[in-house]
Amino acid sequence: MAQGKHGQPQGASRRDFLYIAAGGLGAVGAGAFAWPFIHQMNPSKDVLALSSIEVDISKITEGQTITVSWRGKPVFIRHRTKAEIDAARAVQLGELPDPQPDDARVRAKDRPQWLILVGVCTHLGCVPLNNQGEYGGWFCPCHGSHYDTSGRIRKGPAPANLEVPSYEFLGDNAVRIG
Amino acid sequence: MGIQTNNSIVKWIEYRLPVFSTLNHSLIDYPTPRNLNYWYNFGSLAGVCLVVQIITGIVLAMHYTPHASMAFDSTEHIMRDVNYGWLLRYIHANGASMFFLVVYIHIFRGLYYGSYKMPRELLWWLGIVILLLMMATAFMGYVLPWGQMSFWGATVITNLFSAIPLVGTPIVEWLWGGFAVGNATLSRFYSLHYLLPFVIVGLVMLHLLALHQHKSNNPLGIDIKGPQDTIPFHPYYTAKDLFGLGVFAIVFAGFVFFAPNYLGHPDNYIEANPLVTPAHIVPEWYLLPFYAILRSIPDKFLGVVAMFASIFVLFLLPWLDTSRVRSATFRPIYKQVFWLLLICCVALGWVGANPPEGIYLVVGRIATTFYFLFFLVLMPLIGWFERPRPLPESIGASVAKTGGGAPADAHAKPEGRV
Ligand code: HEM
Ligand code: FES
Repeated sequence: MAQGKHGQPQGASRRDFLYIAAGGLGAVGAGAFAWPFIHQMNPSKDVLALSSIEVDISKITEGQTITVSWRGKPVFIRHRTKAEIDAARAVQLGELPDPQPDDARVRAKDRPQWLILVGVCTHLGCVPLNNQGEYGGWFCPCHGSHYDTSGRIRKGPAPANLEVPSYEFLGDNAVRIG
Repeated sequence: MGIQTNNSIVKWIEYRLPVFSTLNHSLIDYPTPRNLNYWYNFGSLAGVCLVVQIITGIVLAMHYTPHASMAFDSTEHIMRDVNYGWLLRYIHANGASMFFLVVYIHIFRGLYYGSYKMPRELLWWLGIVILLLMMATAFMGYVLPWGQMSFWGATVITNLFSAIPLVGTPIVEWLWGGFAVGNATLSRFYSLHYLLPFVIVGLVMLHLLALHQHKSNNPLGIDIKGPQDTIPFHPYYTAKDLFGLGVFAIVFAGFVFFAPNYLGHPDNYIEANPLVTPAHIVPEWYLLPFYAILRSIPDKFLGVVAMFASIFVLFLLPWLDTSRVRSATFRPIYKQVFWLLLICCVALGWVGANPPEGIYLVVGRIATTFYFLFFLVLMPLIGWFERPRPLPESIGASVAKTGGGAPADAHAKPEGRV
C-alpha cells in the first residue's frame, strides 16, 4: 500500500495498521453475530431432552424382534435364539467386510440373547427388513445389503455393520437406550 | 462509468454483467453533497433494519408454527428451547421498533430539509408507500405470536374496515376468512408477513434509483452545481454511515439485552382467548399517534377516514408546500411550526397510549386539529407570505466558509496519506 508515492515513508503505515485492526475486529464481530444464526439450526433443548428412552422387554419372546423409535430413528431389539447366536459366533472374522466378533456386538456379556441395533442401513439410510436375506438377519431392500444375526454386513453395498447404540439393562425386564 | 482493474476474473464478469461498475457507481465514486449531517445517516440505518428483520424473520420461520392451536406454544418454544431463540426473537421484535424509530426520524429529516420537493416527488412517494407496507407488515407480525394483544389488536384493526358503508361487513369477513379472527386469519397474515418485506426490498431499490437520479438533498437544500460541491461516497460517507451504525447498534443492543420487553406489552404473554378482551388494548408504540387520531373523532366512519388521511396527506406535500426554498434552515416561520408538528406527533403518541377520556381526549383533539392544520393550511400559507433568508451561493462555498466538511483535496484518492 504505502509505496511512498508522495514522499511518504516506506513500509507499513499507520493507515495499514488501521485497516487491518478495523477489518480484523469487524471480522470477529461478524463471526460472533453469525453464530446464533447458525447454532439455531442445531437440535433444540426439547429435542435433546428426548434423547434417551426406556423400553419394556419382558414381552419379547425368543426369536422375536421389535422396533422402537429413538431420536426419530428405528432401533431393533432382537431376542435371539440359541441357533442364531451360535450361527453368529461360528463365522470366521476373516470372512467379514467389517470384522467384529459377536460378543463385541452385545453390550451385556451375560445376556448374549439381546441384540440391540440402530435400524438404519449403513449404505444410504433405509430401514432393513427383519428375518430376511441370505444370512437370516436383515435385508435392506433399497440396494440389496445382507446383514447376519449379529447385524454385521455380509454382502451388498453397505460399508459397515449396523450401529450398536449405547444402552443399559435396568434389571431383567427393561432397557434404557441412549 | 468503467472501473480500473487488472483482475481478469473481474474483467470477464464486468464485460458480461456490469455489477462492479454499478456498485462502484452507487457506493464508491457516487458524488455526494459534502455537507451532509448526521440526520442523513438514517437512510442507511433503515436499510440495515430491513435486512436484520428479514434475516431474523427467516430464521424464526424455521421454528414457528402458523396455526391457532400451536402458534403461541411455538413462540414459547423459540424462547425456551431453540438455541439462541430468545436472542433471535428479541432482535426481531425490538428490530421492528428500531426500524420505525429510524424511519420516523428519516421522514422528519425530509420534512425539515424539504426533500419532498421538485425533483424528488417520486422519491418521497415511494418512501410513504414503504411506510404503509411497514405498518401492514409489523401489524401482521404482531399477530403471529397469538397472544391476547395479537388477537385483540387484529380484531380491532380489521374491524376498522367495517366502517365502510354497505360493504364493510363482507370485507371484514373476507379479511378474516370467517366470522371472527381465527386460524384462517393467522395463516394469511403469516403468508403476507413473509411476503411484504420482499416487496419493501423492491420499493427500496426504486427509492434508491430515484435518489441517485438527482442525488441527495442536503441541509442547505440547494442543488449541486459542480464537482466542488461533492465528495465521493467512499470513504467519506461509508465511514460516517458505519460510525452511525455502531452507535445505533449500541442502542439496539441496549434494548435487546437489557429491556427486551420494555416496548412490548405483557398481555401478549397470555395466549389468545377469543372470549375475553384485555382491559386495556393498545397497539405497538409506533402506531399510537394514528390510533390517537382515530379515537379523537367521535364518529366511527370519520375517525377511520381521518386516520388514513393523516398518512395520505403526506402524498400531497409537493403541492401543499408552496415555498421555493427547500431547507427550513432558511425559513424562519416554517422552522417554528415544524417543531410544533413534531411536538404534536409525540403528544398524539402519548394520548394513544392512554384511555380516551378527560385530559387525553382534549389533548388528542387539539393535536389532531393541529396536525391537519399544519399540512392543509399552514404549509400553503407560510410558503406565500414568509420571507426566506438569503441562500448561500453554493454548497462548496458554504462549506469553505464554515471550515467544515472534507479537506479540499477530497476527490483525490487518500491512499498515500500517513
Ligand atoms: C419489514 C420487516 C419486518 C417487520 C417490521 C416485522 C415485524 C414483526 C413483529 C412486530 C413481530 C411480532 C414480534 C413479537 O412480539 O413476537 C414479528 C413476528 C414474526 N415475524 Fe416479522 N417482521 C418483518 C419481517 C419478517 C420476515 C421477512 C419474516 C420471514 C418469514 C418474518 C417472520 C416472523 C415470524 C415467524 C414471527 C413470529 C415469531 C415472533 O413473534 O417472534 N418477519 N415480525
Ligand atoms: S440403503 Fe440399504 S442398501 Fe442402500
